[in-house]
Amino acid sequence: MNIVNFTPVPAFLGGALIGLAVVLFFVFNGRLIGISGIASNFLTSKNNRFDNFLFIVGLIIGPILYKFFTSQEINISISNSFFLLSVAGLLVGVGTRIGGGCTSGHGISGMGRFSLRSVIATITFMIVGILTVLVKSLV
Amino acid sequence: MSKIISLVCGIIFGIGLTVSQMIDPAKVLGFLNIFGDWDPSLAFVMVGALIISSPFFHLFKNNKKPIFVKSFNYTTNKEINKKLIIGSSLFGSGWGLAGLCPGPAIASLTLLNINSAVFVVAMFVGFYLVKFSEPTTQAR
Repeated sequence: MNIVNFTPVPAFLGGALIGLAVVLFFVFNGRLIGISGIASNFLTSKNNRFDNFLFIVGLIIGPILYKFFTSQEINISISNSFFLLSVAGLLVGVGTRIGGGCTSGHGISGMGRFSLRSVIATITFMIVGILTVLVKSLV
Repeated sequence: MSKIISLVCGIIFGIGLTVSQMIDPAKVLGFLNIFGDWDPSLAFVMVGALIISSPFFHLFKNNKKPIFVKSFNYTTNKEINKKLIIGSSLFGSGWGLAGLCPGPAIASLTLLNINSAVFVVAMFVGFYLVKFSEPTTQAR
């Protein structure tokens, strides 16, 4: 194991902002942030549909606002084929609904409430994610 | 007011993903590459988020109601069962394949990246498949 590209300070500060969003949504609106839940409920449920829509709009314009006010470029690199991205997206969509949450819902909102169910989910998807990356690097 | 909070929370969350660079799948794949060139940043994102959120959950959990709506509305599911493990495993495999999970995938649509769009469309197809194959499932 070599440690590379480690950016602890921006990671911690960005994480704190995510935590702040989770707190505000809970204290004011009484709900927990889980992006897979918010996004899928927006499509498939009438409950809180407009709230879910506004949250997703915010999620999409957040990075633009950051870019506008800091004039920093946002670089992302995705080097997979459309086929692989489709398979991955399908697995993420199906898996988060069967497992009841994703990195935010289980990993932050659930673990923050000390939910054992969410701790187990988070450990599971991290281990499988790590194994998937390992297998990918071998083939 | 709850509508404004929803929008603001989405914005703050999106900025958080940008500042922490988790919007970039390469950072996420770096974290999952623990047996190769490892980038531990994602762990610090989670620590930052949990340090801020956890105390508030415990301070407010005995409150009767949230500030802008009538009642709290979140899952109290404590079940640890096959569905949790199978679902989380499927999610983990997709996450490891592309380095994208739902938050960063949706937030990165803003960059007009065709790859994120392909992923997000497939993810929504996945949401629908589960919704219509298990009509009794309560999504959270």
